[in-house]
Amino acid sequence: MASVALTNLDPASRAAARGWSDLTIRNLFIIPTLVFLIVFNIFPLIYSLGYSFTNFAANRSEPWQFVGLQNYRELLSDDHIWSNFVITAKYVIVSVAGQMIVGFGLALLLNRSFPMKGLITTLLLLPMMMSAAVVGLFWQLLYSPSWGPINYVFGLGDFAWLSNPDSALYAVAITDIWMWSPFVMLLSLAGLSAVPQHLYEAAAIDRAGWWYTFTRITLPLVSPILLIALIFRTMEAFKTFDIAYTMTTQPTAELIAIRLYKQAFQQWDTGKSCALAYIVLIMVLAITNLYVKYLNKVKER
Amino acid sequence: MAAVRTSSEVAFNRAAIAAVLVATLIFLAPIYWIASTAFKPKELAITVPPTVLFQPEVTPFIRLFTKRVQMQKTVDPQAYEAAPWWEKRIYDGGERVLKVGKDVQLSQYPDRFMNSLIVAVISTVLAVGMGTFTAYGFSRFKIAGEADLLFFILSTRMLPPVVVAIPMFLMYRMVGLNDSHIGLIILYVAFNLSFSVWLMKGFMDEIPKEYEEAALVDGYTRMQAFFKIVLPEAATGIAATAVFCFITAWNEYAFALIMTNRRAQTAPPFIPSQIGSGLPDWTTIAAGTFLFLLPVAIFTFLLRNHLLRGVTFGAIRK
Repeated sequence: MASVALTNLDPASRAAARGWSDLTIRNLFIIPTLVFLIVFNIFPLIYSLGYSFTNFAANRSEPWQFVGLQNYRELLSDDHIWSNFVITAKYVIVSVAGQMIVGFGLALLLNRSFPMKGLITTLLLLPMMMSAAVVGLFWQLLYSPSWGPINYVFGLGDFAWLSNPDSALYAVAITDIWMWSPFVMLLSLAGLSAVPQHLYEAAAIDRAGWWYTFTRITLPLVSPILLIALIFRTMEAFKTFDIAYTMTTQPTAELIAIRLYKQAFQQWDTGKSCALAYIVLIMVLAITNLYVKYLNKVKER
Repeated sequence: MAAVRTSSEVAFNRAAIAAVLVATLIFLAPIYWIASTAFKPKELAITVPPTVLFQPEVTPFIRLFTKRVQMQKTVDPQAYEAAPWWEKRIYDGGERVLKVGKDVQLSQYPDRFMNSLIVAVISTVLAVGMGTFTAYGFSRFKIAGEADLLFFILSTRMLPPVVVAIPMFLMYRMVGLNDSHIGLIILYVAFNLSFSVWLMKGFMDEIPKEYEEAALVDGYTRMQAFFKIVLPEAATGIAATAVFCFITAWNEYAFALIMTNRRAQTAPPFIPSQIGSGLPDWTTIAAGTFLFLLPVAIFTFLLRNHLLRGVTFGAIRK
């Protein structure tokens, strides 16, 4: 009886009698991470929230003054900032839509067995693993008006992709589509491979057409994972900085993150840039919230 | 697929595979262009029509690693004869390698590359180390408000870098961490920690609790069970997480651009700053880019089975 009682005890509480208690271990494992994130992520944000109500300029030594909501008022009524938001919205729509179409299209094509499928899939994933800043820089050569391979291949003469105000933003979006379609492809492939084969077999027996099978079976079953890809890419595209910053200096391609960088580190309008950072932050957190909600939904299945 | 395949299905299948191959070529073309430009003679980098076939040479890499100046007059034949093969290549291009005494002056590239390596490796070790412990805590113990805490942790990853960089820049300036390795390492640990916690939690959840419970019954303490049973089981997950964190830190641009300018500058802000004014030497830029992208390309192949997990923060696995 005694030995039975012993083994029936919760092993955790037996372990607690030796060494550290589970509670100690739990705290020891978790608290340092939380403290680290609070000190290096949350505290700076509180710090900059304070500055967002001042006219502080980091490159001058004059004392700063408390200006209340003035920074926010000025930003929200500044046409320049609004145009940055419009540019960002255009960029997000074009680049994410492109990625969804190309990525999902590639996944549909790849969703069959053929020789060297693994190798080809991995090769297709290469662009998204690379440094956007460095890759963006190199696309300058590809887009070059006089000797760029892109203009040569498409016979575009000396079309100046990146210095033309009308096309600069779309040129950046094309590079972004090239980089991130593989991400959508990867997620879509996972969604497609999870569709039970017997559904397709049943549809084939019923002589359902390709379009019918696609819209009634494939799309509904893959849509949760497509939605995750969509939200994640929307959030990332909204934050885009490096690829656009290294590719072009056109004001028509000045995304909100670039505007923020210039305001903070070129004009040294620190107080106001903190306020703008907060406006951007709130928008990003709203999308993050949505993202995590759907991520948890898919995870539970 | 139905057991019997009609001929139109077979034809469709073939067309799809052909389309995949074409798409792969299109996607790889820019990468091929980087790699091939890195081995081109200078005058072939910007030709019309673009040069696809050429005799590859390593001269761009020699230029990448050395400090050079344009020569005013032709090289002294004796000096040319005495020079090693790589220096001759520089002479051939109408330049000479800068030297102090007999020592060749290196360009800034190797320094920046080393900075990238130092910052990426150290920040990865710290982020994955802390993340592994924390993930175990979240995976095995009851924690009040666990979902909220995990959301908080993930949301730190989603912060736009420039937003965090503004206050961090001001704080670093106060304590003198601007343009230092430590400053950049701290930022990268903070950035990668949330990712590492989420990804490692997915791996930890897959290790059966019974393994540790058996060890506890056998007289191990919880800590011993963690180090001797759980960690070896999680080795693959730790390795995959580490490679992801390394790639993120290696590729990071915004923080590095804002926080460093000389001493601790990493390769991503350095390489674009090389463009300067006038006609850029694309072969040398391509050589630097090629060397910088190579490790990531290799890691992508090593990671191929974990990529899906990695990009979804461990939420979706195959």
